[in-house]
Amino acid sequence: MSTPPVGTTAVAATSRGRFDAHEVRSRFPLLTARRERPLVYLDSAATSQKPESVLAAMDDYYRRYNANIHRGIYAIAEEATAAYEDARARLARFIGAPSREVIFTRNSTEAINLVAYAWGRWALKQGDAVVLTVMEHHSNLVPWHILAAERGIELRFIPVTDSGELQMEALPGLLADGRVRLVGVVHISNVLGTVNPVGEIARQAHAAGALALVDASQSVPHMPVDVKALGCDFLALTSHKMLGPTGIGALWARRELLEAMPPFLGGGEMIREVKLQGSKWNELPWKFEAGTMAIAEAVGLRAAVVFNEELGMERIFEHDRELARYALERMIEVPGVRILGPPAEKRGGVVAFELGEIHPHDVATVLDHHGIAVRAGHHCAMPLHDRLGVPASARASFHCYSVPGDVDALVEGLHHARKVFG
Amino acid sequence: MGEWDELYRENIIDHYKNPRCRGTLDHPDITYEDANPLCGDQLRIDIEVKDGKIEKIRHSGHGCSISQAAASMLCERMEGHPLEEVKALTKEDVLELLGIELGPVRLKCALLILKTLKAGVYGITQWPGEEEETK
Repeated sequence: MSTPPVGTTAVAATSRGRFDAHEVRSRFPLLTARRERPLVYLDSAATSQKPESVLAAMDDYYRRYNANIHRGIYAIAEEATAAYEDARARLARFIGAPSREVIFTRNSTEAINLVAYAWGRWALKQGDAVVLTVMEHHSNLVPWHILAAERGIELRFIPVTDSGELQMEALPGLLADGRVRLVGVVHISNVLGTVNPVGEIARQAHAAGALALVDASQSVPHMPVDVKALGCDFLALTSHKMLGPTGIGALWARRELLEAMPPFLGGGEMIREVKLQGSKWNELPWKFEAGTMAIAEAVGLRAAVVFNEELGMERIFEHDRELARYALERMIEVPGVRILGPPAEKRGGVVAFELGEIHPHDVATVLDHHGIAVRAGHHCAMPLHDRLGVPASARASFHCYSVPGDVDALVEGLHHARKVFG
Repeated sequence: MGEWDELYRENIIDHYKNPRCRGTLDHPDITYEDANPLCGDQLRIDIEVKDGKIEKIRHSGHGCSISQAAASMLCERMEGHPLEEVKALTKEDVLELLGIELGPVRLKCALLILKTLKAGVYGITQWPGEEEETK
């Protein structure tokens, strides 16, 4: 597999100098807080930690200019509106999209639901098919299950190989009958770290008359992503995995699609005119933003985007991958460790593993008592675990503030777990 | 001694590595299987009843040390006892057998055996301890 097609934002390209993860880490209050035992945080794929600048931006909003947006005719309301819209503009530029095409949601799950409910209900009819993959997070499965039951659409799946990669040679067959209207694929697997060739998938989808949706929950936080370079039609992302706050995410979609689709949620702000018997929709992007949105969270997300741009996404990606490479090297020293997923050169900063016959919950509990936070379970990807033939796995994942010492602590913790259960 | 030594007390590790009442029965009067979808733990119990007593009880399946040890301990405790006693078992009984305190996630591991047992004997399918909350 070649390197996935990525674009580089102008700001990222200007970032220079050696990447100093220890310096980066010093800007995360939770990671530098004094505690009885130092925290080794290895669950960034679940949620990332937040830098001081993000916390300060949200605090500043609440203390200095908290007001509802888009309506107030007074100074702090205008400041809040400007900050909210600037967050959108910066996020849009961060992924190479026009502002108008970026819709704020609660998270990437809601972004995918928006596509399933607004686009899916409008565009799909009985007999149509949607192609997904066996390595999807439940957030890109369940909305389609609901729609499939409601509309009688067929779901098809790109299989996964034993090494945790998409079986790309199966895709032409899945698309062959011309009934597929959408191909939805996760950009980076939250379990395996596999970086999927989403550009190639989008190309094949389009050639078969289908649209392409990318779940970028794990990619936008860790690598340069440019929606134009990917060539997809919908892209879902979430703030809390990219150093921003929880409660906000976004859907990017091509303007023609957003113009044509009916709204998702009805309410205030998404309308231009309301009469008792009906209403006219607001223009983009507000047509899809009903009710008071997460303003403080948007302000926090804006600070997170700035932080990421300053570090440079190319450098964050290289850092994460280097740590994953180091982790793979060190972890195989521990007898009984079995790594799930592809070799280092094909993955991002995620390492899921098993430790002999020891249940992942037991592994995670022992590690927890060493101050090491890892995830254990099915990571919201039960079908993938079924495919790999394991009921559950443990997972370590990295971000810009992770350091090789975290991996060393993990390896030491795994040796201890073996001692306890050996 | 680290905290993990306290959590994984010797008796838990012992029951995990040398489970009592492990296996299946060829002609059980009661058989029931349940799972904890959160962690993929699966548990089956087989019971032979004689004169209202649990003549034989066996557990099988797979799961973490807590769920396996709890199954081993509870089956060992119930064998030979009146079936009626199952009804009165509470989550506190299981925690007392384990001898540890558990957070909410690992608590479900410990209670899978109790849930399976109550479901098999009485058709009660709620998580033990949640009956009051859902009323």
